[in-house]
Amino acid sequence: MSDLNTIGQSIRRKEDVRFLTGAGQYTDDVNPPHHTHAFFLRSPHAHAKIRKIDASKAKSAPGVVAIYTGDDLTGVNGLPCGWLITGTDGQPMKEPPHPVLAQGKVRYVGDPVAVVIAETPEQAKDAAELVNVDYDVLPAVVNTVDALKSGAPQIHDGAPGNKCYTWALGDKAAVDAAFAKAAHVTKLDIVNNRLIPNAIEPRAAVATYARADDSYTLYVTSQNPHVERLLMTAFVLGLPETKVRVIAPDVGGGFGSKIYLYPEETAMVWASKRVNRPIKWTAERSESFLADAHGRDHVTRAELALDKDGKFLAMRVHTTAAMGAYLSTFASCIPTILYATLLAGQYTTPVIYCEVTAAFTNTAPVDAYRGAGRPEATFVVERLVHAAAAEMGIAQDEIRRRNFIRSFPYQTPVALLYDTGGYDACLDEAMKIADVKGFPARKAEAAKRGKLRGLGYSSYIEACGIAPSNIAGALGARAGLYEAGEVRVNPTGGVTVFTGSHSHGQGHETTFAQVVSSRLGIPIENVEIVHGDTGRIPFGMGTYGSRSLAVGGTAIMKALDKIVTKGKKIAAHLLEAAEADIEFKDGKFTVAGTDRSKAFGEVALAAYVPHNYPLDKLEPGLDETAFYDPTNFTFPAGTHICEVEVDPDTGQVKIASFSACDDFGNIINPMIVEGQVHGGLAQGIGQALLECCVYDKESGQLLTGSYMDYALPRADDLPSFKVATKVTPCTHNPLGAKGCGEAGAIGAPAALMNAVHDALSTVGVKSIDMPATPHRIWSAIQAVKH
Amino acid sequence: MSVPLSLTVNGKAVTADVDPRTLLVEFIRNNLALTGTHVGCDTGQCGACTILIDGNAVKACTILAAQANGSKVTTIEGLATDGAMHPMQAAFKECHGLQCGFCTPGMVMSAIDLVQRHPSADENAIREGLEGNLCRCTGYQNIVKAVQQGAAAMRR
Repeated sequence: MSDLNTIGQSIRRKEDVRFLTGAGQYTDDVNPPHHTHAFFLRSPHAHAKIRKIDASKAKSAPGVVAIYTGDDLTGVNGLPCGWLITGTDGQPMKEPPHPVLAQGKVRYVGDPVAVVIAETPEQAKDAAELVNVDYDVLPAVVNTVDALKSGAPQIHDGAPGNKCYTWALGDKAAVDAAFAKAAHVTKLDIVNNRLIPNAIEPRAAVATYARADDSYTLYVTSQNPHVERLLMTAFVLGLPETKVRVIAPDVGGGFGSKIYLYPEETAMVWASKRVNRPIKWTAERSESFLADAHGRDHVTRAELALDKDGKFLAMRVHTTAAMGAYLSTFASCIPTILYATLLAGQYTTPVIYCEVTAAFTNTAPVDAYRGAGRPEATFVVERLVHAAAAEMGIAQDEIRRRNFIRSFPYQTPVALLYDTGGYDACLDEAMKIADVKGFPARKAEAAKRGKLRGLGYSSYIEACGIAPSNIAGALGARAGLYEAGEVRVNPTGGVTVFTGSHSHGQGHETTFAQVVSSRLGIPIENVEIVHGDTGRIPFGMGTYGSRSLAVGGTAIMKALDKIVTKGKKIAAHLLEAAEADIEFKDGKFTVAGTDRSKAFGEVALAAYVPHNYPLDKLEPGLDETAFYDPTNFTFPAGTHICEVEVDPDTGQVKIASFSACDDFGNIINPMIVEGQVHGGLAQGIGQALLECCVYDKESGQLLTGSYMDYALPRADDLPSFKVATKVTPCTHNPLGAKGCGEAGAIGAPAALMNAVHDALSTVGVKSIDMPATPHRIWSAIQAVKH
Repeated sequence: MSVPLSLTVNGKAVTADVDPRTLLVEFIRNNLALTGTHVGCDTGQCGACTILIDGNAVKACTILAAQANGSKVTTIEGLATDGAMHPMQAAFKECHGLQCGFCTPGMVMSAIDLVQRHPSADENAIREGLEGNLCRCTGYQNIVKAVQQGAAAMRR
């Protein structure tokens, strides 16, 4: 193997030097000359009619350039939803208008009402205070279940009863029949708590209009600039894509929240032509809490039917999912396509039925947040499995082993076809690194100190790299799910790669460079990865759903194949050999069985200086583009084991250890993969122990609107994790990669909550919702005692 | 109205007249175009804006520019010497102590301050010492590792 093959090596990241020396270029660092500043006036009410907006006083305030309200945005359509769900009644979901700026009504605290554009941020903010909005305040409903009750305040005229859709998957009659003959049925009521994503970089945008060619440039904190451009131009503003360039430069974390087309940048692009000056906006953190798309927020009744040996016979799930006040870009597919389809987990449950009702509420929109549907599904499955094992007196590892899928490919009863997996291996390894054997002794020792120890398992599966486009289209997707990559070999042999994936922490500039360098046999330093710019990259669907390597990486691989194929033709000419006899290995084109060869760089030079070149048969240049549409999802899976110690006197949960063994398929850079797992686990543990978005039930005000009230995990809230991997390569992409970005957030909540329930079982507490705060646990223990 | 300001930033003398309500972080980012210092929360809770004033870590969103008058300010841009990264910067790279990079400048500054005060801090002390800096990407594990490695290098 060549030294240049770095697949599987923890190469240190190419992008780090700029981040570590303050040279990163984030959207808020972009300052075009003569730019103005936008401030968005937001609704202080959860639900209100707008009687009148008087901006006359504000318009004459110092430094004000322009003020626009919803009425000014003539010819601007509402923000679209990218996935059409068809309900059990055969009707399309309700898609009420999502205006860029409120029109006639506001529907959540933070709903943008007007944009004030001024010379300085302070002037814009001061002027916004002078905008007089006459509100007729209406009753609001923020609770997901309450929104569907009769008599609840009606949020949209076009969505009676606040219902967006009721959708179902699976064979209900078969499930009911299986439950009727079950030896044991486990039933759980589950709340999957609402979360606020909180990338540390707040959302931001800089919109510039150029009169010279009637074009726009938008810098924006986006995970997928091409999707942003497509939605904004084609659906909302009616502009030609050719006239809009969207650049997502360095982006400071996304976790889903930066996938969507938001009102703010849309209004700014529109306004930039009207004011004919660049406009800049950076969210304050309180705006991030109020107006970034939130995640989760499910209320579920789940049942598992088992035979007398603990074999799963059927699963029945009814979920109510919040959409928030408007449908965000991918909101509708999260609690359906990305949720119900995962309810088989790692198990052979033969029949499953899941029914989901999506409700509008007077809250911020809800959309994908790290894991997106799959953490919710895993939580349902793994809480059920844990509870069933506990109720039936079967060991937690044993009940899982009795039900694991072991034969692949495996068709689940909820539409997915798992291509490969090795669930026993991950469970075994996780148990080993968690030292499960030593748990009884540790539990006894803790009991002597008056503490309650618990062990929790979570054997999760996820579906990543959502695909293929035609099947997704049949299920309601309004976009393709492929990825594009261009490999440009420069005349002197350096390679520039243009990828439609976007890195906002994932380290693509290194991982993708490893893929290219290893395939072409050139030094990694000679490979430059370009992402995040519609002006430079052919096309792209961006980064979400752990898809970048499996889908984006494969597009690059396909482009590399084309480069090698063309390189062979050039080399055959140069070496006066038949094309079929040329082999490409370690950066050299060689005539098979001889020592006659041409280096990759020589072939590149010949392509651009085609003096000795088959010009009659071959175009000059060495630059290839490929689009890749996967044939299936990928299915990362693993087992996480959490050990906790609960102090019954305070209700405090201490994580004694957290162990994870994951199967992500082939791994390019183990260091980066491990980092992704750590980050995902931190977010999963955050959900289980700390984080919860709370709106006041009466007023609809966001109560957790700052880091004082919303508990984001800090360094001393978390342990050091023990992580390991096992490999079953994905069978349908050339890298054998499955994706690793979301696994931690998917597996961790159930592992931790199962551990908490295991610990509390000794004192008779049956049910604790996330987050398992000291107050909740202490109260539950007191309730059992008294 | 403006107030005169005279201070040293990354070893260079800086004088300016600023609006008295200007925050130090705004002065650094807007007036000096040192955009490596980031704003993550505006309210002193995330630590992304952490810089060193006379060697001590300070959240630059919690102090007025005028209050830094006469002091020596170091930002992330001022850590490297002769093109070589500070040992703490190098340790963050070596240990993969950063992902999106947004919290990183503040995290590195806090880490340097922590190690200066507690050269032999153990894992728990490092976790407690970095409690004022939020990171949403890394789960902190590799940051802790980086601080340990950076501390060892700073001792040498």
